[in-house]
Amino acid sequence: MCLGIPGQIVAITENQLAEVDFSGVRREVSLMLCPDLKVGDYCLVHVGFAIQRLEEEEALETLKLLDEFLEASDESSSEA
Amino acid sequence: MKDKRILLSHGAGGKLSHDLVQEFFLPSFDNDLLRALDDSAVIPVESSRIAFTTDAYVVKPLFFPGGDIGRLAICGTVNDLAMAGARPLGLSASFILEEGLPIKDLERILASMKGAAQEAGVKVVAGDTKVVEHGAAEGIFITTAGVGQIPDNVKIGSAQAKPGDAIIVSGPLGDHEIAVLMARGEFALQGEVESDCAPLNGLVEAMLKVCPDIHCLRDPTRGGLATVLWEIAASSKIGVVIDEGQVPIREQVRAVCDLLGFDPYYLANEGKLVAFVPEGESDTVLKAMQKQPLGKESAVIGKVTAKNPGKVLLHTPIGGHRLLEPLSGEQFPRIC
Amino acid sequence: MNPLPRHDEGKLAPLLLEKIGELADLPMRLMEVCGTHTVAIFRSGIRSLLPQGVELISGPGCPVCVTPAGEIDRAITLARRDGVILATFGDLMRVPGSSSSLQQERASGADIRIVLSPLDALQMAQDHPERAVCFFAVGFETTSPAIAAAVQEAKRKGLANFYLLSSQRIIPPAIRALLSGGRVKIDGFILPGHVSVIIGRAPYLLISEEFGLPGVITGFEPLDILEGIYMLLRQREEGRTSIEIQYSRAVKEEGNQHALAILNAVFTPVDARWRGLGTIPKSGLVLREGFSALDAAQAFDLPYEEVEDPPGCLCGEVLQGIHRPPDCALFGTRCTPEDPIGPCMVSSEGSCAAYYKYGRGDEGK
Repeated sequence: MCLGIPGQIVAITENQLAEVDFSGVRREVSLMLCPDLKVGDYCLVHVGFAIQRLEEEEALETLKLLDEFLEASDESSSEA
Repeated sequence: MKDKRILLSHGAGGKLSHDLVQEFFLPSFDNDLLRALDDSAVIPVESSRIAFTTDAYVVKPLFFPGGDIGRLAICGTVNDLAMAGARPLGLSASFILEEGLPIKDLERILASMKGAAQEAGVKVVAGDTKVVEHGAAEGIFITTAGVGQIPDNVKIGSAQAKPGDAIIVSGPLGDHEIAVLMARGEFALQGEVESDCAPLNGLVEAMLKVCPDIHCLRDPTRGGLATVLWEIAASSKIGVVIDEGQVPIREQVRAVCDLLGFDPYYLANEGKLVAFVPEGESDTVLKAMQKQPLGKESAVIGKVTAKNPGKVLLHTPIGGHRLLEPLSGEQFPRIC
Repeated sequence: MNPLPRHDEGKLAPLLLEKIGELADLPMRLMEVCGTHTVAIFRSGIRSLLPQGVELISGPGCPVCVTPAGEIDRAITLARRDGVILATFGDLMRVPGSSSSLQQERASGADIRIVLSPLDALQMAQDHPERAVCFFAVGFETTSPAIAAAVQEAKRKGLANFYLLSSQRIIPPAIRALLSGGRVKIDGFILPGHVSVIIGRAPYLLISEEFGLPGVITGFEPLDILEGIYMLLRQREEGRTSIEIQYSRAVKEEGNQHALAILNAVFTPVDARWRGLGTIPKSGLVLREGFSALDAAQAFDLPYEEVEDPPGCLCGEVLQGIHRPPDCALFGTRCTPEDPIGPCMVSSEGSCAAYYKYGRGDEGK
């Protein structure tokens, strides 16, 4: 459990409510659980609440690991 | 007419009913068959087989981005005929109006039906109107029937698919159902998704022109692509393999599916078709489709195999596969 | 923003699978405890690609599946009361109680409405001051902070007509109960990424420290899951047993402390019954005294009756990973998604529903 969808904060209204964009679809999301989020931040949304900020650097970390695999496999195939 | 809303008297069969038909319905559908106002329209038929279909339209809300209940009614029936490879001869439209329906809404719906009928080049040749009391209908229900003639060299049906056939879809899936869902406002989603509601008879004619030997044509309405594929797999006793990466779905539609936990393969479309085409002809048909306004985003999404008859298999983007079952019940939004 | 854009999947998946294959000569049984993982694993086609040595089993990760029928019955009783609007997540509509379901009750005239967020239910209460709006809350730690925040908001706004019927549970005690029971053989855990967004890494340490098994907190994209599986195999290869985070873009070591504080301010752990697992100590959540006025069970004096599992239904064993859905005599015959007997078939992310809908993964061979 559970569907958590990444979206980007496009506006913050009063009462800790934000307008979040999900690939062109927008919905109001509560920031009560993540009060430090700012306009422009990416966040994970579950049942109408932002539950965490999504860290772009961390996302890139995962990609790095996979890139290392790619490089290693390119090297070994060029050696073959 | 001075009344701003439909009254029960409009359905009583007397002068008010007559006025309603004369002032609103006849002008919207005007043609010689209808003008005769006989109890039945009489239509000459040339081919040896006719296609005959019926549908009821109860959509809520009545108006949504990309269409309305009227446009849906005309296009839905035209498309059912087109999926048999038939050229429409005439449609009937029978209206159940709720007492209290604003006349302005009725006018708007009829104008929309007129426009759709013109687009499709079809005539509404028979009709009926009833009025029910407030609360007994949701504004308006429309029931249609359609008759068309099928050229003798066309043999299309769900049991006609053969191993090797290419499976082509005419454009992105899911637009209609998502547009209507968003228009209902239940989940407070804002976006710019429009229903794809459109008459497909022109597209089908262009396809049959370059390939009279099309095996199957279906429009994936309620139940979506998955249901259509499963029905054809069962009827034709063949297996279907779909390449997930090739199935066109708009980003916004995907986003809504993600947010609600919906599967896009089960979403209703009202202006798309799925075609099963003999292997050697798929390029020709695809090119002909892509030249048509309603087929510009057509794509080959899979093929028919002799293996796994009755099953629909999806090849996933990571190179694996899974079954695609037909929809059971309705899709409820989920959070898990 | 998708940090793992789909077009990379085709290239990177085979590489991860190769790495997994290299480490899989000794069989490894991995359990996931998250219904969303169950579905993601099936839908991505991973089942069809994993080498034979890696076996994936589903645990009690579907909150709908582990909700006892008696709690569904209680919600139905509430929905039938005059003046009540029962607000619920869509996941619960089809779950069978002992004789009916929320979907059937709605067809019989009960005012049952689907919401996407507990805040929607709050809004309903504001829009309908003359009705009692009761939110039927089922879920794990991913969802509970949101429900807690809504409850706090209801109190702040002085809403006298908003109530909570809580059937919430928490995961780590269930994992402990599973492992202590000793009935199922597990070599490692694929841990729920979104629950972990809230609770962080520490609550899972019991897995490695008390039971000597590895666990990896994993995301939900196909590449996430493959990477998680790889990390588990790699731990075994390197002789380690620890709790690692694969889903680092969303999961912090300490979780979301702010959300946890809100959860703890509103709810307190209580013993709870799980379908298939029996009663697990401190595994459920109940409203703290300061909020007990919003407790629907108290306010409406709702009776609770335990219900026996249907005869022949193996959901209990399936939920613990002891049996797989096809082992159940009712699977696919008497028990199908259209006509389900047990919750594992009803829930869109139950093991049995997933097996039925998506296949076992060997259809293409």
